[in-house]
Order: sequence, then C-alpha cells, then structure tokens
Amino acid sequence: MSQETALALKGLTKNFGRAEIIRGVDLDIKANERHVIIGPNGAGKSTLFNLISGRLEATSGTIQLFGREIDGLPPHRVNRMGLSRSFQVTNLFQNMTVMQNLRCALLWSKGHKYAFWKLVNSQQEVTERAEELMERLNLTAKQHVPASLLTYAEQRALEIGATIASGAKVLLLDEPTAGMSRTEADDMVELIREITTDCTLVMVEHDLGVVFNLADRISVLVYGEVIASDTPEAVRANAAVQEAYLGTEVH
Amino acid sequence: MNTTQVQTGAAAGGVGRSIWVRRLWPWLVAVVIAMLLPLLVTSNHGLTMISHMGVMIIFALSYNMLLGNTGLLSFGHAVYFGLGGYMAMHMLRYIEATGFGMPLELLPVVGALGGLLFGLIFGAVSTRRAGVVFAMISLGIGEMVTASSLMFTGFFGGEAGLFGNREAPVSLFGIDYGPGRNVYYLVAVWALIAAVIMFLLRQTPLGWMANAVRDNPERAQFVGYSPQMVRFFQFVLAATFAGLAGGLFIVVDEIITDETVGMIQSGLVLLSAYIGGIGFFLGPVVGAVLVVFLESELSSITDAWLLYFGLLFVAVVMFAPQGLFGVAYQQVMSWRAGEWVRSFHARLYATSAMLVFVLALIAVIEKAYHVLRHWNPQEPMPLFFVTIDATSMVPWLVSFAVMAGALAVFFLHARPLLRRALDSGEGA
Ligand SMILES: Nc1ncnc2c1ncn2[C@@H]1O[C@H](COP(=O)(O)OP(=O)(O)OP(=O)(O)O)[C@@H](O)[C@H]1O
Ligand SMILES: [Mg+2]
Repeated sequence: MSQETALALKGLTKNFGRAEIIRGVDLDIKANERHVIIGPNGAGKSTLFNLISGRLEATSGTIQLFGREIDGLPPHRVNRMGLSRSFQVTNLFQNMTVMQNLRCALLWSKGHKYAFWKLVNSQQEVTERAEELMERLNLTAKQHVPASLLTYAEQRALEIGATIASGAKVLLLDEPTAGMSRTEADDMVELIREITTDCTLVMVEHDLGVVFNLADRISVLVYGEVIASDTPEAVRANAAVQEAYLGTEVH
Repeated sequence: MNTTQVQTGAAAGGVGRSIWVRRLWPWLVAVVIAMLLPLLVTSNHGLTMISHMGVMIIFALSYNMLLGNTGLLSFGHAVYFGLGGYMAMHMLRYIEATGFGMPLELLPVVGALGGLLFGLIFGAVSTRRAGVVFAMISLGIGEMVTASSLMFTGFFGGEAGLFGNREAPVSLFGIDYGPGRNVYYLVAVWALIAAVIMFLLRQTPLGWMANAVRDNPERAQFVGYSPQMVRFFQFVLAATFAGLAGGLFIVVDEIITDETVGMIQSGLVLLSAYIGGIGFFLGPVVGAVLVVFLESELSSITDAWLLYFGLLFVAVVMFAPQGLFGVAYQQVMSWRAGEWVRSFHARLYATSAMLVFVLALIAVIEKAYHVLRHWNPQEPMPLFFVTIDATSMVPWLVSFAVMAGALAVFFLHARPLLRRALDSGEGA
C-alpha cells in the first residue's frame, strides 16, 4: 500500500459562535485507504466533512489534500482538485431527472467547464458514463424520472452516484447507507467497495457491521476530538473507545 | 415544466429522422409565419408593429436566459438593450458621416458587442450573489445608467435623443431598406437566428449548469462549478442578445432616446417574459408579441390601456404563474389526455361566465375613465355597441349587477361543475 498522505488535518478547530464543535483534530489519511469515522450523534462528523470539502471555513488549523493546502478554498475549487463528497441529507438537483443529475455531475470532470458551443446530449463520453452509473445503481428504469419523485433509497443511491461520477481521488461519504433496508445497504457497501479500489475513501457510518467489514482504519470522533485512529482490531480493543462509544452501542 | 426535455425524452426511442422532423417543424412553422406576416399586415403602422415584435422577442428571450434559466430576477435588463442601441446608433451616424463600409445588415452586431461590453462590466459586479441582492444591484445599475444619460448628453443625445438614417449604409444583398417591409424581413431573419442560438444555448453545458445553479447552487459547487461564474457567463450572453435587440431597434425606428435604457423598458421586458411564461422557451415569445400588440393597438383604443396592462400582469401572477403559454400547453396536454371530451361543456360554461365578468369590468373601467378624465363627463359615451350617459346611475347599476351575477355563477355553479366533470374522469 502506498504511504502517500491523501488528506492531512492539523490542529483543525471549528466554533459556531461560542460552541466549540471541532476541538483540534489531527488526522492523516493515507492514499487508497478506506477510512471510516465513527462517533456518537452530534460528535461533529458532518461538520468535519463540511470543513474538509470547503462548505464551512475552519476557525483554525490546516487541511492538505495530497500536500496542497485546501483550507479556505471554495467547494468548487476543492472539488476540482479531486475531492468529492456526498451529503447526509440528500442534496440533488430535484427538478432534474436521474440522467440529468448524473450528467451534471460529470460535465466538469470530463472537461466541458462553462462551454456554450457544444450540446450536452452529443457528448458521447458523458452519456456512456452516466448510463454505466445508472446501470450500476439500478436506476436505469428511472432515468427520466425527476429526482424529487424517486423513493428515499433511490435518492440516496443517486446521491452517491453523483458523488462518485467524476472519478474523484478522494471520496467523502456521509452516512451513505442511513435509512436503507438491509439488502439496499449491502448493495451500497458492495458498490462502495468496488469503486474505492483505487481511490481514498473517508466515510461516516453508524452501522458497526459495515464499519468493521469495510474499514482499513477507523477514527473515533467524540465531542469534536479524535480519541482513537487505528486499525479495526486495535480500535475494537481500545478501552477509551469502548467506554466512550462502543460500550454504549453494544448493549 | 420543460417542453424540449419532454420531447427529447419521448423521442429517444424513435427513428433518427423522426426526431429531426419533430425538432424542426416548430422552427419551420415560425419561418413560414414570419415570411407570410407582411402579406396580412401592409400598413406602415402595422409593419412597424411587427418589426417591434421581432425586436421584443429577442429582448424577452434574452431576459429569460436570466430569469427562467438562471433564476436571476433583473430590474435593469434594458440597460444592455439601450446601450447596445446607442452603440449601433453611433455606428450608423459614423457610417453616414464618413461613408464607412459596414453594411446595414451587420449593424445589430455592433449593438450585440455593446451589450457584451457592458454585460462584462456590470455583470462582474452584479452576479456575485443571486436572489434579492442581484435584483437590487440590477435596479441600482439601471438607475445609475439613467442618471448618466442626463450627464453624458453627447453620447445619449439629451432629451431629443439621436437620429440616424438607415439608408446611409450599403446593403450586403443590395436591398433598399427604405420600405418598412424590407426592414421587417431584416428583423425577422435576425430574430430567427437569435432564437435558434438562444434555444441551443439552453442545451449546452453552461445552459444545463445555469438550471442547476438556479435550483441548487450548493450542489453545483460540489460538482465543480462556481455558481458565480455560471451566473456571470449567462448574464454576459443575455446582455449580448439584449444589445442585439437594441441594435435592431434603432434600424427600425431610426431614433433612440434615453427611455430605452430606463426602468419602464426594463419593466416591459420582465412583463413580456412573465406573462408569456418563463418556464417555457416559447413563453417569452408569446409574451413579447402580446405586449407589443397591446402597447401599439390598445393605446389607440382606450386611455386606460396601462391599467389593463397592470390588471393582466396581476391576473397572470395570481392565477396563472406558468404564464399564458403555460396555460395553453396545459390545455393541449389535457386535450391529449382526453379530458376535454367529458368536460367540454363545463369548460365552455366556466369560460363564458368569466368572459362576461371581464366585459362588465371593462365597462366599469371605461366609464370611470370617462367620468374622471373627460373634460365633459356628461357627453354621451360610446361603449361596446351602445351609447350611454356615464353620469347616470343606470349603466353603473347594470355593469355592477352583471359583474356580481357572473362571479356568482362562476363560483357557485360553473366551477363546481367543472371540478366534478374533471374528477368523474379521474375516477373512471
Ligand atoms: N451551522 C451550524 N451552526 C451551529 N451549530 C451547528 C451547525 N452545524 C452543526 N452544528 C452543531 O454541531 C454539532 C455537531 O454536528 P454534526 O452534524 O457535525 O454532528 P454529527 O457527528 O454529524 O452527528 P450525526 O451523527 O447526528 O450526523 C451539533 O451539536 C450541531 O448542533
Ligand atoms: Mg452527521
């Protein structure tokens, strides 16, 4: 496994007013590793993702993506540097169809930028990739259905599809299986495993079965601090983790 | 919501050729109508009116690139129309003075370049934010340009405006642009070219992302797009087409005043786009034709034309926010779904009741104008096909009674009947 660092957080903090939500996070995530972040509700997991992806600006600390500083950059700049994220609360182009959502997610990465001299529908590469994704997400039958009319699980699948479409080097997935049935969740985990063979995954997940099954490393975030970051076996054995988090989940 | 998407969706499985037929026939119909129109409209007044319609179609379509496609509500779009027009006018006067060889057919391009230039300048400051901030800045820029027109009288020509002679430049095709009919054809050709381009622009990556940014600017950022840049590019393109419309306008009128950059003109284009329907490509076309027609014809029939204009706008905003084209589109869909067969009589009944109400309302407004505005209210007043005395009670009582009666019939009988007719179909 490569030892290059994909994502490095140093002394990251975030305050909302006087509330300290992220309280000095240091975290190194190696390239091509599957890194799962767990922690109780309100620990700051989504906030951490918002900081990394540029949705929120950190109060202090630095974030590096493959050695380049990205803190303070707007989300689209971070995205263009190869980091793509999904949202815990589905965040799609609701009036657009499945096909249109996927095409929009592909346009920039396929180099079309702000072009106004070519038609979207004649971009064969975009169409093919979108069809491939729809097939994989079991959404082909729904390709002309607006996102707002999809079932919850289908919207979640599309959310993940739109995130992975561009082939980003680093993926941040915020609770991709939440609210899904067992089989849907298993299918989603399988998909995530497939697409992350040659990219870096950072994922928030509550289902410990999924966590221990998928993760190369696990970080435990409690009250805005990382109390452990290690291999699954080590985290399972860690006394502090058991007390703070796993203990409350087990019984 | 979007007709083109529905069409492409439905046609996706069809044979390649039938797709082309389906896509092209509306354009062919447009070409035929544009070509034949001067056979029906022959007066100078009429030819000027249909030329203005062509200009307004381009202008309203360009406005919808902002409002409909990108979700940007502008109160100052006339700035680019007017400044484009002034640029073209200065070029026309330069040609007249020096004999410079630019042909008249290309003069609108000068307008477009003017729109582009000012779009770049003002777009850079106004597209940082969407929503209320954008609307307020557009208003501010509109006021600013109006104020400058009083200061820079050399450029804007002061109160009298600037004149030009469209027969001074040469013609690419040796056409004499003295007669209004030939000018109309020039407008029609430009309007078609501009409409085709604006139609295609909606289907480009920029056009798609404009919709994306309108619906969910945050998500657009997470697929790599800067909403600000998307808005900026759309804004500049919209300003360019507005400038093109302005350039054509001075060819038609041969005069331009600072009213063209003003608030009324900005309001008129908003009205046109909205009345027609901002959710459809053809909406602003319908709106532009209607607004120019009303402006040109209604004003010669009644003093109250601006009031009717306002009432129409309010009625569309309140009862048909999808616009007149949207209403027509819904009716066609409902016809195709077979809803008309079982509800035809109920529809006719409800529409008639409303029509009676509107006629009575018109009678009231006309009488009020007569009493309040005429130098001698006692003078007999022609109304529809009778002559009445607007100061006596009877005509007023009759109109109010008819209004109340029509409303009562509509709400108490016609509308419930229509609802039942439509519901019974759903159950079946
Ligand atoms: N924009 C905001 N303004 C103020 N407080 C916020 C904001 N966003 C999050 N918070 C607070 O920060 C804390 C952490 O929220 P966050 O959503 O990051 O938790 P989480 O670990 O993702 O929880 P969950 O497992 O429920 O998703 C919560 O107490 C939340 O109320
Ligand atoms: Mg969360």
